[in-house]
Formats: sequence, structure tokens, C-alpha cells
Amino acid sequence: MKNILLSGIAGIALTASGALAQVDEDAPQGGEMAVTYQDDVATLDPAIGYDWQNWSMIKSLFDGLMGYEPGTTKLRNELAESVDVSEDGLTHTFTLKDGIKFHNGREIVAEDVKYSLERVTNPETRSPGAGFFGMIAGFDTWNAGEGEGLSGISVIDDKTVEITLSRPDATFGHVMALNFASIVPREAVEEAGEDFGRQPVGSGAFRLAEWTPGQQLVFERFDEYHRAGVPKLDRVSFNIGLEPTVALLRIQNGDADVPGDGIPPAQFLQVVNDAEYEDQIVEGGQLQTGYITMNTQMAPFDNVDVRKAMNMAINKDRIVQMINNRAVPANQPLPPSMPGYDESYEGYAYDPEAARQMLADAGFPDGFETELFVMNVDPNPRIAQAIQQDLSEIGVTAEIRSLAQANVIAAGGEADQAPMIWSGGMAWIADFPDPSNFYGPILGCAGATPGGWNWSWYCNEEIDARATEADAMVGDEAAREDAWRQIYVDIMDDAPWVPIFNEQRFTLHSDNVAGDDSLFVDPVHIPVNYDYIYSTGAQ
Amino acid sequence: MWGYLLRRLFESALILLGITFVTFLLLYLVPADPARQIAGRSATAATVANIRDQLGLNDPLVTQYWRYLTGLAQGDMGRSYLQRAEVSSLIASRLPASLLLMVSAIVTELIIGLTIGVVAALRRNRPVDHTLMIFSFVAISAPQFVIGILLLYVFAVQLGWFPIGGYGTFAHLVLPSVTLGLLGAGWYSRMMRSSMIEVLNQDLVRTARAKGLSKLRIVTRHVMPNAILPIIAMIGIDIGLFMSGIVVVESVFGWPGIGQLAWQAIQRVDIPVIMGVTMVSATAIVLGNLIADLVAPLIDPRIKTK
Repeated sequence: MKNILLSGIAGIALTASGALAQVDEDAPQGGEMAVTYQDDVATLDPAIGYDWQNWSMIKSLFDGLMGYEPGTTKLRNELAESVDVSEDGLTHTFTLKDGIKFHNGREIVAEDVKYSLERVTNPETRSPGAGFFGMIAGFDTWNAGEGEGLSGISVIDDKTVEITLSRPDATFGHVMALNFASIVPREAVEEAGEDFGRQPVGSGAFRLAEWTPGQQLVFERFDEYHRAGVPKLDRVSFNIGLEPTVALLRIQNGDADVPGDGIPPAQFLQVVNDAEYEDQIVEGGQLQTGYITMNTQMAPFDNVDVRKAMNMAINKDRIVQMINNRAVPANQPLPPSMPGYDESYEGYAYDPEAARQMLADAGFPDGFETELFVMNVDPNPRIAQAIQQDLSEIGVTAEIRSLAQANVIAAGGEADQAPMIWSGGMAWIADFPDPSNFYGPILGCAGATPGGWNWSWYCNEEIDARATEADAMVGDEAAREDAWRQIYVDIMDDAPWVPIFNEQRFTLHSDNVAGDDSLFVDPVHIPVNYDYIYSTGAQ
Repeated sequence: MWGYLLRRLFESALILLGITFVTFLLLYLVPADPARQIAGRSATAATVANIRDQLGLNDPLVTQYWRYLTGLAQGDMGRSYLQRAEVSSLIASRLPASLLLMVSAIVTELIIGLTIGVVAALRRNRPVDHTLMIFSFVAISAPQFVIGILLLYVFAVQLGWFPIGGYGTFAHLVLPSVTLGLLGAGWYSRMMRSSMIEVLNQDLVRTARAKGLSKLRIVTRHVMPNAILPIIAMIGIDIGLFMSGIVVVESVFGWPGIGQLAWQAIQRVDIPVIMGVTMVSATAIVLGNLIADLVAPLIDPRIKTK
């Protein structure tokens, strides 16, 4: 399956080990790399770009106040020299580094921070990321189109900016590391207007040198980048329009270094089992969960016992086998590499006998008929058939409704349309490595609205209150993680989902490029971290 | 003739107007909400409402349609929801590549198709004929995706004669043109064969033979010009066939044309771009048919322009 995500989904993955990477900071500079993609890049405007293809490109073209250690999910200061947080957790004072410059040569000042954050939250920008900044004081009025900017942001002097929150929020650091929080120069944005996404000007390790629509993009080293010795490569070229199978031929021929769309599913086993590629494939975890939602407001799924029976009826190992073991079976909403994952939780074991008994006890001795919605791109219909078979074992007849992605999403967003949805192809991938990111829109009451992403229409107000409480726990990471862990385990008692699997990531690269394995499955850079990978030909 | 031309132009304009309406209605009825697609998953209901408002999606269908039509009349096809660039400039930047591919595919299909058709007709019911007809049958039946990948594998990867996809030089053009032209070549070889056979059985051929003309002269001067007539009329209609073909062929070969643009726009529910590409393709098809109808009476006076 080509991993077609929503245009509005940025993915984040984690290295399988979760350990801190040993990135070789002294690797030689020079050389180049060619990355292939099938689709043209939609936009490189950091306020607008929100798909897995442009997410990593934007990271290399732009910088925000915060960022991540390469290959990890550990936050670090990027354009910020230091951050000072007040005791109540509400006021964050950022001091900018000295001598940081935009690609147009102008020095970055605190006013740029204010402008950039107000731009992304301005309703006229129509940014898909505006909602992330809801904790900044003044967001509600400004985002509703009233007032003069974000009242919570004040420029103290050229080097200092103070951001006040309306509520303590432990995720604020991650939010400031999102692409949406990238710092942009006002004059370049205003000059380019709607075309800023085609003529991006940032302060990242690379600058855009060339973009021929439908053919290629070329990134060139930004000589005045604020980190010495970065980036490693002189040039990264993105060759557009290459179907994944064709891209693989190019790699084999030595014409390309990294297939941006991944290894095509049809050739997956062949490539993975090929001794030639043994050292060129890196496997990593992903902050992703594939699940079946059951609409808790539609009969018979309004009965918790029915939902539990469904959880026991599905043979997840068989489904993982069907997709060539490109995933690991899941038993809870959070993926294993996410902080807050409960390793001791056993979930509902596969037991069709017990499931049938439970259905009978719940008043359905002869099962029932229902519908299973699924996106019509391989392997999802096949997975749906496996689910259908498993359900027929316990007497449940599920009719498969295989539809285009947008139609499945639309059905899920209506309270009475889709009794069951297999989330494959649309599954949740975290925006940032924090357990809260798996709750609000997909399991919280806020998402259970028409057009929302909570396709189970699950709303437990007691848990909602605990989630709000956990996010306010600034400063005590361990306690906060425990709180979230318990929330997800308690959600499984209500069983709004059948968690099926967590996808693994496999990155293929040529032997012309090298770097720590973690860079090739970098949690925040998909497919790879363009800034730190180096060329084996460089001296 | 001029009256006929005017009438046909008027009809074509009506058809295009009808197409705008049907396409607009279909896209309007699609359950996917473009505002929600733009807003992404983290958006609040207020953000989505604001985007709907800015894009004018809350207006009644008639208002939206009228706005689209008046824009279209001025050459304004709106801006892409996703790329935010003008649809007309997106299409304009990709149209030359598609046109080049189409023209080159037409040349390819004519060369291959007509040659096979002529040879097969002259060797009717012999092994050569059977072999060629099996070839054309395969060319018609095989999916273009498969042919494209196969050609790439053999001629680009194994033999290294052509680049592995991409755009820029004559070498880049060869494999996509053959892939796109092969389907038409299959049809044309069959049409040319039967058309040739029909003409070969006509009195004029017997007369020519009786006059003592050489076989080569009979075929080139008398049979082929007559046999080719129905084929020329077909080329215009071909453009419609190509419009569906380029979506596949362009995505296999990484050809930066409007087929690729359309495919990506559909995946991302970028409605203004879908509308734009549909209108351009529809115009091309309508024009192709118009030309075919106008050319037919010129080459065969028996067809009346009434």
C-alpha cells in the first residue's frame, strides 16, 4: 500500500529502541543526494504544509524556536538561545541566538516570532495548524477574526519575546517545534503573497534553489546556517513524478538514493529478503495505530459488552501476516514507542469462543448484521475481509463498504452513518511525541462532533476531565505520563476501538549516503533527516 | 459549409456548458468537505466554518456555479485549495508536456498501426497476418500500466537505452509515446487491415490491375489513399482516448503533464484543479470531435455537411 495519508496529516515516528542516537556531528560536508517522489509537492509554506512529504522538507528549509535532537524525540533549542518558564508555567520567555539569519540575509529579530505566530493563527491564512496554538493567550479572539494579533505575545526587545499562555500546557514546547511555528520573514511573505509556498524563505539548513513543477526541486546548503557543520550535504534534489516501482528501478540503477514513498508493497518481500540490500534498509517504529472504531451511539455498539466481544473476535496476528509483517499487533490506543504506553497491559486476548458467549450474554445469541467502512486502497479491503471473516465466526455479519478516503472520513464524521470503520490509510499518526496527541480529536468529547475525527463518537466526561488535568501537569513528566497511561487503559475498559496494529517503518537508501540508522527513521523527519545524512563520497 | 461550421461551434459550446454543470454538480455532491480537508484534523469547528466562509462554500449551489461560470468566462479558474496557486497557471505550466506527448503518441500509433495494417492486409490469412493480428490484439488488451513498466524494465533498466522515467530530452519521450500509442496502434492496424481488404476487392483495383499497373503502384496510389480515409476521421476522436491514457502513462513515466496534475488533485480533493483539468480535457475532446467531423466531408465528398 502506498501510504496515502490525509493531506492534513503529518507523521511522526520513533526509533524502535527509543534510545538517544549517536549522530556523527563531525561527518564530512559535501556531496549530494537524490530523493524520489511520485506526487508533486503541494506547498512549502510552513503555515500550510501538512503532509508526510512536505513536512520533512519544510523542516530543512525553516527553523522554529524549538526543534529536536536529530534522530530522537528530545526537544532542543533551535533559534532560541534559552527559554525561561515562570513558576506558574504560564509565561515563557525566549531569548534568540545571536547572528541568526534568514535565507535573504536579514537577521532574525523577536518581532519575526510575533509576526510568524500571528500569521499562522490568523484566520485568513487558513492554516491547518492554527488549532495547535489554542493555549496562547488571546488565541480565541484573534483566531475568530477579532482584535489586533495575539495578546499573549509581547516583544521585549530585538532578542527577547515573551509568550503568555491562557492555561498551563505541558505540550507547549512540542507545539513550538511544529513546522507551523516556523519563523518566517514578513517582507518575503508579503511580497510573494499566496505564492509564498512556491518561493519559501526561511532560516533552515537548506534553501530552495530550484523548483520545476512536476519535475524536480533542488535544495542547496545555506552557508550562513546557525549550526556550524550543518547540513552535511551540498545539495538534495527531489525528483518528482516517479511511481514507487519506477523509483525502485532508479535506486537499483544508481540514479537515486532514497525512495521518498518507501518500498512498494508488491516488491517489499523481494527487496527485504535481498542480500544486496541488507545494509541499506533501516527499520523503525512509528507513532501510528491502526484500529477499528465502533460507533458507541449506534445499536448494537452502544452496548459495551458487544464492543468487548468484538475486541476478542479479531485475529490480529493473521492481519499482521497479511501485510508481510510490516506492523506489530496492538492492544491499546498508544503505540509502543509513545511515552505513556503501558507494557504491562494485556488487552483483550483473541478468543472467539468467549466472544460468542459474551455476545449471547449481551442479548445477541444469533449475532447481528452491521456495516464495516473501509478505504478502497490496498491492503485495506483485504484487511476488512479478514475482519469480516473473524466476525462471521462469532455470528456477526458485516457488510464491507469500500469507499474513497474522503467518503469514509465524511461517513465517520456523522453520528449515525458508519457503525464500524477500519482506519487503515487514514489511521492516526501523532503530530508530536506526546501521549495527549492520541486523545482529544480521536477519543475525546471534542472530537465527537459532526465532521470530527472521533469516529467511535465516544465521550466519557470523567476521562475528559482527567485529560485536561494531565495536560496542566507542567514540570512533572513522570507523573504526567502515569496519568496518561491510566487514561488509555481506562478507555480500553469502555472499548470504543479494536486496536489492530502499529505500523513499522522501513527506509531504503543507496550506499552513496550514510549516517546513523536513527537518521533514516528519524521521528520527526520522514522519510529521512536531510540535514545530517552525509555523502560517502565527501572528503 | 460556414453555416455548418457555425452550427457545430455553437453545439460544442453548449456541450461544454453542459459539462461544466454536470462536473460542478458532481463535485458539489461529493460528501468530502473541502474546508475540512484544508483545515486538517486539529482544526476547531470555528476554523472550519471560517474556511468555508472564505471559500464561499456556504453559498447556495446556484450562486457558486454562477461565480464559477463568470470567472471561467474571464479565463479565471480559481485558485488551488491546496497549492494556493492559480489553476490556470498550474495547467498552463503542464499543458505543453501533455501536448508533446499526445502528438508524439499520435505519430507513433499511425506509424506502427498503419504499417501493420497494410502488411497484414497484403498477407491476408497467412502466418504473418495472424502473428500481426495477435500482436494488435495484445496491444489493445494489455493495461497501459503493465506495458509501461515492462518497457521501462527492458529498455531502460536492462538495456540502458533510455532514461528511467522523467522529462527533458528526446530519449525521455520515446517510451511514454510508445506506451500511449500502442493501444491506438492496435486499433488502427485492425481498421487499416479491414479497410485495405475492402478496397482491394473493389472494381478500381481490378481495373488498375487490368491496366497492367505494378502491384506496388496499385497499393500506394490506389488502395492506401482510399483505405486511409476512415482512419483520418478517427484521429480526432482519439484525443478523448488519450486524455484517459495520459493519466496512467504520465504517472508511470513521471511525465509532468496535466494527467499527473489531475491524479494528484483527485487524491487531495482539490476541487478547483479537478474542475480545471476536466474543462481543459473536455474542450480538447470536443475540439477533436469537431475537427474529425469537419475533416470527414473534405476527404470524402459523399459525407454531406447538412
